[in-house]
Amino acid sequence: MDRENGGNASTSKTIFSDPLVDLKTCQLLSQGAEAKVWQGVYLGRPTIVKQRFNKKYRHATLDSKLTQSRLKQEVRSIVKARKLGVPTPVLYFVEHEASAIYMELVQGCSVKAALHEGKFTEQERHDMLRDIGRVVALLHDGGMVHGDLTTSNMLLRGNSSLVLIDFGLSSNTTLPEDKAVDLYVLERAFTSAHAACGNLFDDVLASYRQHSRMWCPTLNKFAEVRMRGRKRTMVG
Amino acid sequence: MALALGIEGSANKVGVGIVREDGTILSNPRHTYITPPGQGFLPRETAIHHQEHVVALVRQALKEAGVSPADISCIAYTKGPGMGGPLVTCAVVARMLALLWKVPIIGVNHCVGHIEMGRIVTGARDPVVLYVSGGNTQVIAYSEQRYRIFGETIDIAVGNCLDRFARVLNLSNDPSPGYNIEQLAKQGSRLIEMPYAVKGMDVSFSGLLSFIEGAAANLLANGEATPADLCFSLQETVFAMLVEITERAMAHCNAPDVLIVGGVGCNMRLQEMMGIMVSERGGRLYSTDDRYCIDNGAMIAWPGLLAFKHGQTTPLQETTCTQRFRTDEVLVTWRDD
Repeated sequence: MDRENGGNASTSKTIFSDPLVDLKTCQLLSQGAEAKVWQGVYLGRPTIVKQRFNKKYRHATLDSKLTQSRLKQEVRSIVKARKLGVPTPVLYFVEHEASAIYMELVQGCSVKAALHEGKFTEQERHDMLRDIGRVVALLHDGGMVHGDLTTSNMLLRGNSSLVLIDFGLSSNTTLPEDKAVDLYVLERAFTSAHAACGNLFDDVLASYRQHSRMWCPTLNKFAEVRMRGRKRTMVG
Repeated sequence: MALALGIEGSANKVGVGIVREDGTILSNPRHTYITPPGQGFLPRETAIHHQEHVVALVRQALKEAGVSPADISCIAYTKGPGMGGPLVTCAVVARMLALLWKVPIIGVNHCVGHIEMGRIVTGARDPVVLYVSGGNTQVIAYSEQRYRIFGETIDIAVGNCLDRFARVLNLSNDPSPGYNIEQLAKQGSRLIEMPYAVKGMDVSFSGLLSFIEGAAANLLANGEATPADLCFSLQETVFAMLVEITERAMAHCNAPDVLIVGGVGCNMRLQEMMGIMVSERGGRLYSTDDRYCIDNGAMIAWPGLLAFKHGQTTPLQETTCTQRFRTDEVLVTWRDD
């Protein structure tokens, strides 16, 4: 899910029931692949409402199963990640009936936007990349993977301090394989979206190695996963 | 106007196509190596099949197009990716024709062939491309002279998953296992729960295949599912995964249109599901039928001709084949956006 796409305010029907906060008073921030993100006010606080909508292309049974399990997983993971010290938005409320999550509005831009706009000094960029490595290490050491690590799923609170969002594909796991795939997904996000900026991912990986207690099996597996990528040219 | 003759034979289809500079396909005959039910195609037998048919196909292509060898400006062949033996067979033929007719030769990436064929046939300008076949599963978007891979399978291709499942049910390989699964799935109605593996913009099908290979016999014996139900459930699950990663890539690069290419791309259920997703996002779905989705000679001739018009040819000593050749390795000189 991507916060940058200032999506169009389409009027597709909401599912299950209407959320507690009247979405008519809210502003649609973006329409990602599986949820709409609104900005509104809940109990007097500026709030993000993330509502999953049903995907009409999917078989209804499969769709509701996926929607429900991802909603539950996202909520659990946000709470668990915070306990681990990983910065995430504060959770305000969950409304299963409407498939909606209410959470803190993080003021600031995404890492993707920040890198594209190039508003960092060399040092600031280096620090931020190292911070990404540290936070991902924290998450992995705590027995979790994010599942969709991209630069659009990382926000910068006040344009400086890192916040992870969108835990919809996260899972609880301690397997090096899962952590390695998590890193691989992040590497691909860097190479596909920030190809012009050079080897940004190297800084992330160096910092991950420094901060993760279990870096060794994970990074060995990571090398394996990289080789597994299909149709890669190999020497020897 | 310049004409290109393309030879494709990276898998079990061997095809020869002749394309004109304006994108008109003058001829595009092909022959498919069909194995008995329960069996896949092996490199050696497939290469022999291609060797038996390729010369006749070249003759047929020239005849149908109504042109003589003197009219051909260049020869294009599939450099990779694909199976070694079949690839080499076609490369030898391409080299021989290039020397015989004294024209330049151009090695073409098979995946880029699918993308360019899809673009010229449908008129799509800059779509997100879902390339799904027996050997490949990729979500691709163009940026800065390369077709970049945003998502792909981390193990087996979706077509491979379907083909191998067809062997479990002993479905016919004629015309293709995927086609027979599609027809049988129309009679299915019960959705069997299967592993659903989306990792970011990547997908994984090997766990799903292991699951169904293990569970199919029991489900069928206990009467919990019919073969049609299994086909139906498999299609619903894998296609939902594919549409989901395509949508993720669209959100990521903010692109409204989708083009589906590759053999699995002629599946009508996949096209239907993708169409619903794309229309919800206010975009357009571009898809082609089996003439262009399935491997053919014209899809190699066309990008070969584009490269030729931009001064790219392959020196004879470099007209090798490679089984591993990624879509993003090709420098796309013929697009200026």
